[in-house]
Amino acid sequence: MDDAAAKPTKAFRIETADRGSRTAAVIATVVLLALVLLPAFAGRNLIQDLIFLFYMLALAQCWNLLAGYAGLISVGQQAFVGLGGYLLFALTLLGGINPLLAIPIAGVVSALFALPTALIVFRLHGAYFAIGTWVVAEVYRLVFAQFKPLGGGTGTSLTPSITSSVPGIEWVKALLDVRTPAARDIISYWVALALVAGTLAFVYLVLRSRRGLALGAIRDHEAAAASLGVDIYRVKLVVYVATAAMTGMVGALIYLQKARISPDAAFSVLDWTAYIIFIVVIGGIGTMEGPVIGAIIFYLMQRYLADFGASYLILMGSLAIIVMLFAPKGIWGFVSERFNLTLFPIRRRLVIQTDNSGRVEPSAEEPPRHGGA
Amino acid sequence: MTGWLDALIQGVLLGGLYALFAAGLSLIFGVMRLVNLAHGDLIVLAAFAVLVVAGKLGLDPFVAVLIALPIVFIIGFGLQYVLLNRTLGRDLLPPLLVTFGLSIIIQNGLLQIFSADSQRLHSGAIETASIPLGGGIAVGVVPVLTLLSAIVVIVLLNVIFYRTSIGRAFRATSDDLEVAQLMGIDHRRIFATAMGLAFVAITIAALYLGLRATFDPTIGPARLLYAFEAVIIGGIGSFWGTLAGGIVLGLAQTIGARIDPEWQILAGHLAFLVVLVLRPRGLFPRAQD
Repeated sequence: MDDAAAKPTKAFRIETADRGSRTAAVIATVVLLALVLLPAFAGRNLIQDLIFLFYMLALAQCWNLLAGYAGLISVGQQAFVGLGGYLLFALTLLGGINPLLAIPIAGVVSALFALPTALIVFRLHGAYFAIGTWVVAEVYRLVFAQFKPLGGGTGTSLTPSITSSVPGIEWVKALLDVRTPAARDIISYWVALALVAGTLAFVYLVLRSRRGLALGAIRDHEAAAASLGVDIYRVKLVVYVATAAMTGMVGALIYLQKARISPDAAFSVLDWTAYIIFIVVIGGIGTMEGPVIGAIIFYLMQRYLADFGASYLILMGSLAIIVMLFAPKGIWGFVSERFNLTLFPIRRRLVIQTDNSGRVEPSAEEPPRHGGA
Repeated sequence: MTGWLDALIQGVLLGGLYALFAAGLSLIFGVMRLVNLAHGDLIVLAAFAVLVVAGKLGLDPFVAVLIALPIVFIIGFGLQYVLLNRTLGRDLLPPLLVTFGLSIIIQNGLLQIFSADSQRLHSGAIETASIPLGGGIAVGVVPVLTLLSAIVVIVLLNVIFYRTSIGRAFRATSDDLEVAQLMGIDHRRIFATAMGLAFVAITIAALYLGLRATFDPTIGPARLLYAFEAVIIGGIGSFWGTLAGGIVLGLAQTIGARIDPEWQILAGHLAFLVVLVLRPRGLFPRAQD
């Protein structure tokens, strides 16, 4: 900055964070600490609700990175939730591996599955890609329904000896004076918190990196990005495989917590894709803040309206249509435009200095997201 | 041998049903590149509509469908004109999400009204009638009618697409939307007309869906996948390709089922993926595009 201040001519610099986002970073750290310590005070119901909120948010961030940035609109992410769940069951029930170790292994294996899957579905583009991923998820479901050691079409349950073999349970029981099932929830809660924090950090770091610039360029205009030298295929492949790994880990955690798996539930397009899309779209696609807001709204709707069954889903479908038609940037898009807020500073702003007094004026920003919308 | 020959014949006939599922989807892919994720649910919705009309008026399903065709054309036209046209543009997400939302609304609306019970369309003796072909092989009258109807629908779509003025407008908007607009084509009406025609095909597909097997509100998405696979296997933009794609899918499913009944659906999906790997543009891709 000294160079710029010394010269009276126009100088510029690139800025990402502003005061709002710096405050947000402080608040996020405090919230994270509070959440880590929460099991000491909170009841079991709240812990279970938060586990649900966390894994839905982690899945939503993954889908947002895929669809909102890389332009890969997948309707088949349930493939990797189910795969992760089944891998956890296979590793613990058949392989005798410790459940907490099985979660990262499930992530690695999901990535290994995602690579050949991508080579096939990447032959389809745009909307055709969407249905292609759905077909692949169906193939995964039908194959696991044939896998007899894990119960075939009807599925199977984790044995109590496995669910209570999660490391740390004894320690939590002694520390917080709770019974085994509650201690198990607390461990799952911490894992879920770690996964959601890890996902947020990963998405944030990716978007702040060079590759993030490429992703933003692809989001805004794919052909233009390609002409500027972005290797579209490679960037998309990396994003697809990385989100598959994270989705697989979240899937493994979900089914460790549920302790019962069946092909229809594990590969459910409604639970693991429709809800996730709803969260991202309501909150605001192509932003990191959007899925957070969307997940909280979804959690509240699920909690207070899910008893209405079919009408609840009709309401949700209608809401998604209305938002897409009239506010395609979602709630966060509306708020951030109105108040110029960023909590996760991933946008780069061009700041032009006109004099040497050191005063800076934000003058130009990134072009608006979703130029066509 | 007879068993395998039978499987082949039944596969081709089943392919007729899948071609009917796919005909409407193929038309709207071709004209406006819209991927309608509610397509399967619309087929199921139409089947329920035929069920109600036939039941309430005491009509044979075939007659009920004939009466329904102009009405569904108007519904399809209206849906495209009022709702789906708003979603079309450079961004892919709005049409996908709006039709995905529609899919969820239709499924749950049907569940609300008709419950999850399996339903079936009834048309008297024709349902169970069959034609013996000798050698212990017989084909059902309804499956044969399905295949013949699929061929008729494909021929009609080709005639409309390549021999009429509306078809010329379809091809023009499909090839270059902006230039077509400059030539005075109102693309919104053209798209709405295409959707109206797709709804006619959907309703015919629904008739045979209901006559051949039971249906319930949840089976829509699977029908969407079959229709989509038939279109992609055949090659986007070719109606005859769609018919061929449907037959390839039907054959894969019956051959898979012949090996192990549990593999029927999986075999169809795998055939689709194999075609995607070997011939990503389908068996009969249109020259341009």
